[in-house]
Amino acid sequence: MKPITQFFRSKPIEDLPDIEAAALRSDRFRLEREQDWKRLEAILKRMESGRLRKVSDEDLLDLPALYRTAASSLAIARETSLDAATLAYLESLVQRAWFQVYGPRTSLIGWLRRFFGGGWSASVRELWLEICVALAVMVAGTIVGWVLAARDEAWYYSLVPTQFADARVPGASREALEKSLSGVEKLDGLSFFSAFLFSNNARVAILAFALGFAFGIPSLMLLMQNLATLGAMLWLFSEAGLTVDFIAWLSIHGTTELFAILLAGAAGLHIGRSMAFPGNRTVVAAAAAAGQRSAQVMAGVVLMLVVAAVLESFARQLVTDTNARLAIGGTMLAFWLAYFFAFRRRVDGNTE
Amino acid sequence: MSTSRIARRLDKRKRVLVTPEGLSLPITIASRGARASALLLDLIIMTVVQVVFTILLIALAGGIFSSGASSALEFMGVAWIIAMFLFRYGYFLYFELSPRGATPGKRLAGIRIAAREGGRLSVNAVIARNLLRDIEIFLPLIYLVTSAGGGGAANWAIFAWLAIFLLFPFFNRDAMRAGDLIAGTWVVEVPRRKLEQAMSLGEAARGRSVATGAEYRFGERELSIYGEYELQTLERVLRENNAEALVAVATAICNKIGWSAGSGDERAFLEAFYAQLRARLERDMRFGKRKADKFS
Repeated sequence: MKPITQFFRSKPIEDLPDIEAAALRSDRFRLEREQDWKRLEAILKRMESGRLRKVSDEDLLDLPALYRTAASSLAIARETSLDAATLAYLESLVQRAWFQVYGPRTSLIGWLRRFFGGGWSASVRELWLEICVALAVMVAGTIVGWVLAARDEAWYYSLVPTQFADARVPGASREALEKSLSGVEKLDGLSFFSAFLFSNNARVAILAFALGFAFGIPSLMLLMQNLATLGAMLWLFSEAGLTVDFIAWLSIHGTTELFAILLAGAAGLHIGRSMAFPGNRTVVAAAAAAGQRSAQVMAGVVLMLVVAAVLESFARQLVTDTNARLAIGGTMLAFWLAYFFAFRRRVDGNTE
Repeated sequence: MSTSRIARRLDKRKRVLVTPEGLSLPITIASRGARASALLLDLIIMTVVQVVFTILLIALAGGIFSSGASSALEFMGVAWIIAMFLFRYGYFLYFELSPRGATPGKRLAGIRIAAREGGRLSVNAVIARNLLRDIEIFLPLIYLVTSAGGGGAANWAIFAWLAIFLLFPFFNRDAMRAGDLIAGTWVVEVPRRKLEQAMSLGEAARGRSVATGAEYRFGERELSIYGEYELQTLERVLRENNAEALVAVATAICNKIGWSAGSGDERAFLEAFYAQLRARLERDMRFGKRKADKFS
């Protein structure tokens, strides 16, 4: 089999050297194995240049074996050979092979399948404690926003960014508020709106995650601040007797979006907590383990935000009936909860 | 800067990585300068691509606007926002997940990312290190650019923020940035070594000079003077094959061992000496006896 396939190799390997010509035993050792090393190097070169398709199946299958051969050659050469150039070459060859053999699995499809098939929900479940904390903070933030706005209207203006609060200011008429909750009839501009919302929300979520680096405290503050805004607006609409309508207007995308932000904050908090209380591991090792788990959650959060942005711009503007809005929001919430907490398929190791 | 100081700097960046097979591999941490230049290159590439993409879209939009199709315009707005988002988050992810493990900037600087503990570099690790890049660089930079004229305390706070994260690699031994810390990765130099010729293939290695026919045989006394360090220095001189250096080294060795080799045949003499010294040292090595240099 082998001699035939040799003819079809894109780059033929040079003739065998005359092993017996070498005077030194360590050089004979080297010459005997040189062919394997050169073949490994040729495969590595092709992989590193990004032409993965040019690497034949046979070469790919042989890669781990060639890597181990080179690694064992290096181990032996270190004990038997004083040829500095060959040792340096072997070290660099084994290192390059190690990058490839232990590199990321490049099949994106495989990663996605594992991600959706349980990896994502499993890492969400591992964050249960942080999710509870973040949820408590969000509820507290909403209440604080409500109470502050109810006690002093000035708080409303400082909590709700002005560009959001067009007609929605304290003292606005019920009609004006009701109008701001209604949808639009035409479709123009909605997809632009949704893309804008998505990229905006994704940045907030990533910020909430990344701030966990400072022991999680900024993540909590960000959650608190965002939800205080919500609480203040909730107060405004309840004053006008529109509580249910406002919740319906919000829930259609809010159940997905707030859930995503909750997860992002929890992921940030998870990193902060592992760094503050690393347990038996070093701080660095704990941070790395938590960071990789949280990254998986965050990849999902970005996806949830895409869904939320589509719901926000299309469904919210087109579905104007309060009950229908509540139904859509409730269904989404039930779907996410079921996916994360009821869907428990075993995955073999969620590190990849 | 003297060469010894450069060597010491390099030594500080050397680490030993243990592969899952239990083999220890020497690895060199990328210098902070190389990383900074790689980042700068990447930012320049990203900016150029974004600007070109935007100009292309605007040119296209100009054409469509005259024909008056608003839905097409809206589609292009969406495409622009999504493309900008993808450039910002996808650029680093895409390139670092490839077999190279390096963005174009890193590749030009000769560095790549690797898992810190010698294990597998996971997709999650690459995602984590790049999510943190956002708060390290992009967020404060965008803030500073958009509020450039504003001034005041907020600007200083953002500036301090940027400084903390940019200087983060200076406050740990492994030159990790915050994202590396979270992801369990580090940035290392990509080794590039060619396989050199085997040294003992020629006739001279067996002790006979082709040019003069002289036989070089060294006795126990002559070969016991030098150690591994001198052997590897001699190897380097032979590989570089500089005539003047060969003469100088041959004279030095002759003086040391009390020989007088004929001039004009230095290379054959050195090759013979190298092969016999290496044979002796390697033989001792197999018996567990090592001689680091001429002083030991």
